[in-house]
Amino acid sequence: MIWQFDLIILIFLVVTAVIALRTKDLLGASMIFGIYSFLICLLWAEMGAVDVAFTEATVGAGVSTVFLVATVFNTKRKASD
Amino acid sequence: MKLLGLIAVLITGSLLLLTVGDLPAWGDPNSPASKSPISTHFIKETLNETSVPNLVTAVLADYRGFDTLFETVVVLTGGIAIIAILGRPSRARKPILSTAKKDESEGLIIYTTCRILIPIIQLFALYVIMHGHHSPGGGFQGGVMLGASFILLAVAGDLPSALQRLSEQRALILACAGVLIYAGIGVICLLLGNNFLDYGVLSRILPATTIVAARSHSMLGVEIGVAFTVASVMFLIYAHLSSQGKLQDGL
Repeated sequence: MIWQFDLIILIFLVVTAVIALRTKDLLGASMIFGIYSFLICLLWAEMGAVDVAFTEATVGAGVSTVFLVATVFNTKRKASD
Repeated sequence: MKLLGLIAVLITGSLLLLTVGDLPAWGDPNSPASKSPISTHFIKETLNETSVPNLVTAVLADYRGFDTLFETVVVLTGGIAIIAILGRPSRARKPILSTAKKDESEGLIIYTTCRILIPIIQLFALYVIMHGHHSPGGGFQGGVMLGASFILLAVAGDLPSALQRLSEQRALILACAGVLIYAGIGVICLLLGNNFLDYGVLSRILPATTIVAARSHSMLGVEIGVAFTVASVMFLIYAHLSSQGKLQDGL
């Protein structure tokens, strides 16, 4: 475990989480949510849980982002609040 | 209201952060989890008992096979629920017409790139499935990648051309077949006189295997079942979500 690497990833995690919540554009929010998943995947791979990281990369960053984008395209692109 | 929410989040967050100090350190050999006889047994004996080097897969597919069986059923149920909510009865649908020719001229670069990429993705997905008990990976990851290759086909071209490769009915049959393969291996163990999903007894019907090798081989069979279900359910979910259940145009 390299703490500098961890620190950078954790800072980016908080930043992407806040941006994903604050963005009014839902398409952008789902993209940033994909980045969030990928950062968590990096964190897990770095902690040695490679199987979990693999699952997070495929399911979290890959397919669920596609599902979110598909849903946004069929609903509204702007958040109402 | 926003202020109240903020206060609630802050209180919960600070409570959670307070308890972080009580957690054992990362990789601590003296933590309760590392000291328990169960994890010691897994770490020491998995290779002797199952000849599977990847502990995670051995625990998921063998020692806790029941758990993974019902995880697969959960994936199948999730897919069925989405189809039940979004899907239209097949009589109401127009015949699927592919507009792939039009897309070929529109996005030649995308189309060509996908033609090259998709076989590589599928080959890697099969490798991840087949090699899941020797290296990181397994049925879930490989299955999602296999499903993602079909989703890529649908995103790059259009949904009907992807559905021509893997139609809705065929994907549903594959999804159910995956669970059947998994549960079927368990039932065969039952018929041979062992417990459900206790693979060792399969050495009697698998040619030239010991009890240890039989456990390794049936883990592979189980992973293939999981991959069938996950791959086709992922594609079905995408197909229904992107076209509002009409299975016509997609994105």
